[in-house]
Amino acid sequence: MDDNLSYLAILGRIIAQFLPVWIALIATFAVSITYKRRLGLYGKLFDSPVGMIGFAIVMFWVFTALMADQIITFDPYAQFSGMKNKPLGTVLAKAADGDYSHFLLGGDHLARDVFSRMVMGARSVLSIAPAATMFAFMVGITLGVPAGYIGGRLDTGLSFLANLVLAFPVILLFYLLVTPEIVNHKMMFFSAFLSPEAELACKAKDSVTAGTLACFGLSIPTMMAATLFIFPIIFLSVLLNARFFTNPMRRNLYVGGVLVIGLWAYSGLAFNADPLGVWSMEPNLLNVFVSVVFVNAPTVFRIVRGIVMDLKSRDYVAAGQTRGEGSWYIMLWEILPNARGPLIVDFCLRIGYTTILLGTLGFFGLGVAPDSPDWGSTIDDGRKTLNMFPHAAVVPALALMSLVLGLNLLADGLREESLRD
Amino acid sequence: MTDTAKDSGWDPSQPILEIDHLSISFFTRLREIPAVMDFSCKVMAGEAMGLVGESGCGKSTVALAVMRELGKTGKIVAGTIKFKGRDLTHMGQDELQTIRGSEIAMIYQEPMASLNPAMKIGAQLAEVPMIHSGMSKDDAWKLARQIVAYVRLPDPDRIINAYPHQLSGGQQQRIVIAMALMAKPALLILDEPTTALDVTVEAGIVDLVKDLGEKYGTSMLFISHNLGLVMDVCNRICVMYSGEAVETGNVVQVFDKMRHPYTQALFRSIPLPGADKNARPLISIPGNFPLPHERPSGCNFGPRCDYFQKGRCDAADIPMDTVPVDDRHATRCLRWQEIDWDAPPAKREVKVKAPVGRVVLKMEDLKKYYAISSGAFGGGAKKVVKANETLSFEAREGETLAIVGESGCGKSTFAKVLMGLETATSGSIMLFDENVQSTPIQKRNVDTVSSVQMVFQNPFDTLNPSMTVGRQIIRALEIFKHGKSDADRQARMLELLDLVKLPRAFADRMPRQLSGGQKQRVGIARAFAGGAKVVVADEPVSALDVSVQAAVTDLLMDIQRENRTTLLFISHDLSIVRYLSDRVMVMYLGHVVEMGTTDQVFSPPYHPYTEALLSAVPIADTKVIRKRIVLDGDIPSAVNPPPGCPFQTRCRWKSQVTPAGLCDREMPPVQVLEGGHQIKCHLSAEVFASMEPVIKIAAE
Amino acid sequence: MLKFIARRLGIMILTAFVLTFVVFFLTNLPPNLEKLARSEGSVRMTDEAVAQWIIDNGHGGSVLGRYGQWLGVAPGWQNVDEKGVARGRCFAAGTDPTVAPTHCGVLQGNWGYSTFFRGPVLQNLGEKLAATGILMLWVMIVMVPSALIIGVVAGMREGSRTDRVLSTFSIATTATPEYVSGVILVALLASPVTGLSPILAKWGWIDGKILFQGAATAGNITFWSFALPVLTIALYGIGYIARMTRASMTEVMTAQYIRTARLKGVGFREVVMRHALRNALIAPFTVIMLQFPWLLNGVVIVETLFNYKGFGWTLVQAAGNNDINLLLGCSVVAVFVVLVTQLISDIGYVFLNPRIRLS
Repeated sequence: MDDNLSYLAILGRIIAQFLPVWIALIATFAVSITYKRRLGLYGKLFDSPVGMIGFAIVMFWVFTALMADQIITFDPYAQFSGMKNKPLGTVLAKAADGDYSHFLLGGDHLARDVFSRMVMGARSVLSIAPAATMFAFMVGITLGVPAGYIGGRLDTGLSFLANLVLAFPVILLFYLLVTPEIVNHKMMFFSAFLSPEAELACKAKDSVTAGTLACFGLSIPTMMAATLFIFPIIFLSVLLNARFFTNPMRRNLYVGGVLVIGLWAYSGLAFNADPLGVWSMEPNLLNVFVSVVFVNAPTVFRIVRGIVMDLKSRDYVAAGQTRGEGSWYIMLWEILPNARGPLIVDFCLRIGYTTILLGTLGFFGLGVAPDSPDWGSTIDDGRKTLNMFPHAAVVPALALMSLVLGLNLLADGLREESLRD
Repeated sequence: MTDTAKDSGWDPSQPILEIDHLSISFFTRLREIPAVMDFSCKVMAGEAMGLVGESGCGKSTVALAVMRELGKTGKIVAGTIKFKGRDLTHMGQDELQTIRGSEIAMIYQEPMASLNPAMKIGAQLAEVPMIHSGMSKDDAWKLARQIVAYVRLPDPDRIINAYPHQLSGGQQQRIVIAMALMAKPALLILDEPTTALDVTVEAGIVDLVKDLGEKYGTSMLFISHNLGLVMDVCNRICVMYSGEAVETGNVVQVFDKMRHPYTQALFRSIPLPGADKNARPLISIPGNFPLPHERPSGCNFGPRCDYFQKGRCDAADIPMDTVPVDDRHATRCLRWQEIDWDAPPAKREVKVKAPVGRVVLKMEDLKKYYAISSGAFGGGAKKVVKANETLSFEAREGETLAIVGESGCGKSTFAKVLMGLETATSGSIMLFDENVQSTPIQKRNVDTVSSVQMVFQNPFDTLNPSMTVGRQIIRALEIFKHGKSDADRQARMLELLDLVKLPRAFADRMPRQLSGGQKQRVGIARAFAGGAKVVVADEPVSALDVSVQAAVTDLLMDIQRENRTTLLFISHDLSIVRYLSDRVMVMYLGHVVEMGTTDQVFSPPYHPYTEALLSAVPIADTKVIRKRIVLDGDIPSAVNPPPGCPFQTRCRWKSQVTPAGLCDREMPPVQVLEGGHQIKCHLSAEVFASMEPVIKIAAE
Repeated sequence: MLKFIARRLGIMILTAFVLTFVVFFLTNLPPNLEKLARSEGSVRMTDEAVAQWIIDNGHGGSVLGRYGQWLGVAPGWQNVDEKGVARGRCFAAGTDPTVAPTHCGVLQGNWGYSTFFRGPVLQNLGEKLAATGILMLWVMIVMVPSALIIGVVAGMREGSRTDRVLSTFSIATTATPEYVSGVILVALLASPVTGLSPILAKWGWIDGKILFQGAATAGNITFWSFALPVLTIALYGIGYIARMTRASMTEVMTAQYIRTARLKGVGFREVVMRHALRNALIAPFTVIMLQFPWLLNGVVIVETLFNYKGFGWTLVQAAGNNDINLLLGCSVVAVFVVLVTQLISDIGYVFLNPRIRLS
């Protein structure tokens, strides 16, 4: 019992540790395969081996993230004396009662359990990547659909903006946006463009005058969040209004509902000013989130714009026009649903890309807490001891790679299946 | 190698191509889909065999099988294909390569897609002799130049150095034909070679193909859905239905003495001269084409056949039976000897022509110009495209006005302006005494919008693929403010489905579950949802199969008669126009060149363009004698119209105009002949009077 | 054509101005300046002193004005500090301002002084760029041909075993960002305790403890030190470009004109070489060019990982050390590279594609 484990034993124990994930995976697959003919595109995924493998990998990590608390063997933040840089399968040095007996995947340079940190890392990545991608899609769609459909000046202007963001090397952008100075700095709207001394003066003044308009300030991430987070609300309101304006009662109900809930969440997420305190986001997290959305949105914009330009010449669009439908109805209800195939595929790919971006941020130590278990920063931590103790960096590296690979395979499977009929 | 192959002791009295009991299947993940079953045919030297049938009947598959080009999923499961006595089905790739292009050549439907966009025309042509007879590059290019000249392309030196996209569609198709001729093949396979082209351009290609058959004695396998075209080009015909050959024989015999119910039904469903929507309506074939994996047992045509006998026709597979006396005539019908083939079709109710009412739509001097920037990279001088020039006409309640013209004639622009999707540059459109020419659709009120509706051309595009059929109709009702509650609209939607003769269960279907004709019916239901008074039908049946065309056309006519709708029928198909319209308006490059009642337009005097158009339309009737008038060249671009009369570049009457050169300088005036027949031409009344009819029906 | 290039150039220049302004704005925010003041002056400065330092060193005034000076379109600042020393943007403290040029910005070749390198930005940046240039050259030499070959071979027979193997490889490499592949490669090939090296060392096949070097220096480039960084950057790009090439190739191979060629009796080799290749390579060309922004990313990661002192490493140091001028210099270079490659991609696309070129 006090021996270090062999590789085979480590593998066995890890598999056992993931037991809840296996059960959930098997259940998902059993249900899905049974009803695959009734499940549309999702069901067809189970006709493609590539898609199934991808889906399995992705769901493995999703379930891991959901059930991370059951899977981890140690507190991912805790340090255990005597476990610094220990290799795989080392017995815990001074085990207390109830502690797990081994460090399955070794210890890192701060004597923390690599396995538990890797599992927790899944949670930290998967709690941001899909949501950030979703927001990027909302922004990209809300701007890309009109740009493609209406064209003209609007298109020229929006495309110029998108290309502007795309021409920025991502890392430079991250360094500029996610440095602590910028995060914590409340930019004084009216004074900032004048001079730094004016702004410093603003800061130095007593709180009474600091409250005046000239000295009113918001940090750059908050401003970006305020801009980016408004898009889902606009999107949903316009979507519902276009569909239900013929029936004002229902329209008011739906749009009103969206506005109330949306603005409530908006106040909490963007400004951290939710009166009820339900919605909130840590400044660091908000910062990372906003940057990732900002980097992804222009690409989504370009994709959406391209698809819409292709679809707008279809006869059913003309049919909508000849019935006198509003532009927004045609854009959001006639065109957008038919663009869903390529968009779903790109959504999967883009979650993978977002995961890579989050890793990049972590790798440069940007915008994350120093002891965060996310994969990017663990790789960064581990690479300092890479030559002698590679496991600390290789474990999260493989985890990240497998998740992105799974997403890519899933996207490939979806693309193949959606093209099939 | 090729020379030895060509002289491999093959006896020219034997068939060049002999297909014997050929069966082809496609293998998908789920099942085997038989595409062609038990297909046999023989093509002798110098013969042109027409392969006719509706889409999905397997005619192209047969052609590709001869080329052994069935893709990864297609396989020949039984039978043989012998070319000059050699079995192609078991030939190795190397041997096939020497035959492809040198002895059997193929011409395709989409000329643009069949040419490599990144290679010069000359290089693509020269490749053929370089591969097959090892000709030197210079000689091959010289030969290419010769052949290009032979296919009657102007300026061959320029053309062989051009890229495909620099040529027009008709020129591209001539290049594809030239490519096929480069190695003087013994057999030419033409797969719908003119479907993508305009009729007047098609006529030129057909001429070329016929000429080449006569000149080189090339055998041809000509695939088409157009019976008239087959009659023009071929001596023999093979009618296919749902993967089987149902009737084969000499063209004249099959046309005049058909011995298969499907062939008969096909001929009864196409509008031939003499058909009339009221007195002698077309007879559509009931039911739908069976899907390849849902074919009935026994006769595939059984469920749609008037002569079907239960227990006999659906008992077992039916073999081909030879019709004696006739020239190699055979039919796949058990009852062909029992059926009275000369019996007239069952009497159908004769519909009374609805009287024409007051004027509902009046256009005067309508002009629509577009400003486009020339050059691919933006900038450059702005050019004005005159899509519509001084368009004036009126349409009355209950009337069908046909608008005829080829691509670029401005008929679609006209529809857009009328619908309010574009605003006119000048002129007026009066709709029920309301002036709408400068009111875009967003500013029109619901009544105006709902009373002018449109039926679109492409059935696969007209319905939103991600919304149920019912939902799409209900949406139209919502927008037109029809009904007070959801239940009202639901009920009305079901009524509309009844109106277009679709089962009510279709309300919950997705468009992809419907056939082309059914989709088109939904499109019609949607157009009539708001009780439309004026309906613009933009080639509503041109993308449908012949047998379905008749049904959809009749439906449209019925609804029109009931609702006293004004129908603006845009089409390039003169047969159908003659069949259903009251008045006809012929357009060319944005100008109305001729307008009058159907009789006036279809009989002399003609506008020279109308004359050529009439002559170009193939007619599937052996009794019709047509004068051949083949126009030179292509339709000029609307961006760069010729000076003077728009038609002067192709007009064969130009020399008869005095003073000479008038056509090059001046836009002709509109001449009003008797009965309000308008012709925009410089020709004098005497010349008009001397014109002979293009189409004559030979006395029986 | 000329008009097209002129228009593109115009948009490019506009983009460059906007982007450099954004970078200038973000790097010259008061907190950055405050930090600069404390690191250059003294850590224990009072707030007032900081404000004074900022003004004395030409960081006062509106952002637009300062941007103009940095760019070299507005005259450089001059003032006299409390000690009576004349200071200015365009001359060293204490020298005669009258002989100095009035404008000295990026356009005049004065990229400022780097607090990190303790020297002029332009010179230091030039050296580092040269080092990165060598790295990129090798990356291109490795990446482009292998990616195109993989893509074409996979795409010419869609669905074959070769296709599936190569496609899986491509997907796997696109799923592996540089910081992952770098770590894995080092662990496999350059660690004395894991991977190949200990085995090879035991067998006596290699002299040292490790097969490849886990670090690279610009002055001392050998195969053993350079292979891993080059491979790390190239891998990700290979997968991406190969997938694009494959997609384009499969599309072309199913095009009708390829069927036409086959039915003309052209052999498979010739079909691929003469008919398919040119059409299939149009799309990947654009992709390769647009890949540069991402390569820049890879360069930053790899240079950090392998401690290779090039452009990427400089960027990280500049950002980490609040070296405003150096960071601005890096941004100018980065933006310039991205925009030039975009321009080349646009023009190249037009030239490769006769359909656009001749219409």
